[in-house]
Amino acid sequence: MNQTGIDTLVYRLRPGWRLQWEEAQQRHVLLYPEGMVKLNDSAGAILGQLDGQRDVATLIERLQAQFPEAPDGAIAEDVHAFLVDAQQQGWIQHD
Amino acid sequence: MTDHTDTATANGSPGAPLWLLAELTYRCPLQCSYCSNPLDFAAVKQELTTDEWIDVLTQARAMGAVQLGFSGGEPLVRKDLETLVAEARRLGFYTNLITSALGLDEARIHALRDAGLDHIQISLQASDPDVAAAVAGSAKAHAKKLAMARAVKEAGYPMVLNVVLHRHNIDQLDTIIALCDDLGADAVELANCQLYGWAHLNRAGLLPSQAQLEAAEATTNRWRQRLAERDRDMRLLFVVPDYYADRPKACMGGWGSIFMTVAPDGAVLPCHSARMLPMDFPNAREHPLQEIWYDSAAFNRYRGDDWMQEPCRSCDERHKDVGGCRCQAYMLTGDPAATDPVCDLSPDHHLIEAARREAADDSRSAQALTLRNARESQVFCRT
Repeated sequence: MNQTGIDTLVYRLRPGWRLQWEEAQQRHVLLYPEGMVKLNDSAGAILGQLDGQRDVATLIERLQAQFPEAPDGAIAEDVHAFLVDAQQQGWIQHD
Repeated sequence: MTDHTDTATANGSPGAPLWLLAELTYRCPLQCSYCSNPLDFAAVKQELTTDEWIDVLTQARAMGAVQLGFSGGEPLVRKDLETLVAEARRLGFYTNLITSALGLDEARIHALRDAGLDHIQISLQASDPDVAAAVAGSAKAHAKKLAMARAVKEAGYPMVLNVVLHRHNIDQLDTIIALCDDLGADAVELANCQLYGWAHLNRAGLLPSQAQLEAAEATTNRWRQRLAERDRDMRLLFVVPDYYADRPKACMGGWGSIFMTVAPDGAVLPCHSARMLPMDFPNAREHPLQEIWYDSAAFNRYRGDDWMQEPCRSCDERHKDVGGCRCQAYMLTGDPAATDPVCDLSPDHHLIEAARREAADDSRSAQALTLRNARESQVFCRT
């Protein structure tokens, strides 16, 4: 999928899955039936933006506002790569 | 990006018990001959109260536990299940109900949903009602399970079906997977019977042949391909029976590593089978979970690798499979610190080969196996 294509998609977590901050682990985790994915900071930040309404372009804008020190284009690149991977893993879906 | 590994290191301090299995009761309306509950379960009378369970959940969550399984026996037997689910969810657990579906109805499915239950895993015994009836010791259960599986799916839960495989149902795997597909499962655990508790008692009558196993794996792979072609997202997890492996499983990811079971009477265990071992396990009624997990002799007994004997002690793979399963080592050799005889480097591996031969010579029907019930259990009760 090219990047213009992906930017208009609206992703959400797979139904029944839950993103949660774990104080004991000091990180976000993705919880699903009898399992858990331990997320690094950027994965947690990206998944935290999925609300079932925002498209990928909006999501990138919001992250850029949150992390203004990031070099140009770096966030968009990370987000695109992560979302494609997360969809392949079955963590997220889009319509 | 992701890290699926557990937090315990081989010889360092243990990480948190991320997984809590709450065995609410040993009572169960079914009598499955492959049940992993202890043989003397009928000796356990004093189940933890609602308040005691809430205390257990609160302590475990504070220690970092995040995945919670409500299991048993049949957890739906407990009338306070909805209360416990609500409390667990409020504490931040991901809540899994591991059930036979007996005791479930649409009202209860919705009550559990309202309480915040995240997931219901239903067990099926077979695709054929007669085989299912023989294995579970109940003629009515199968139809009920199918109806409830449909209702659970309809209520919007993610649905994982669990089918314990053994020689009496493994040849029906094609129709079993077709049934799970028809029921709308999101994932199916095709779990070859683990030979503990009642399953160990019935071992010779449950263990499939190598040929049955190979056919089942081929069937599973055919289905995976077929599902992918249809773009149908139903994951098939095929759990190989370790009696046909040449290396043991890394049981529970290591003793006291990520997994903690609290039994119906409050006994705290590193896995649901461990109370068969010749050692004392602390009780949540008497000690804080924090102390039990980090400081008790029982939980420290098989952590790290200092306890290992040869051939594990000098083996390069000792941190990969942690020497296998302590319960299996004890059941087969009488020594819980022995190398799991599943390993073909174990001096006791001939016991596994003998068990396979014994199974090959066993011609009992599913009906002829010992059913797991309180009457049979009395035979094994020490008091």
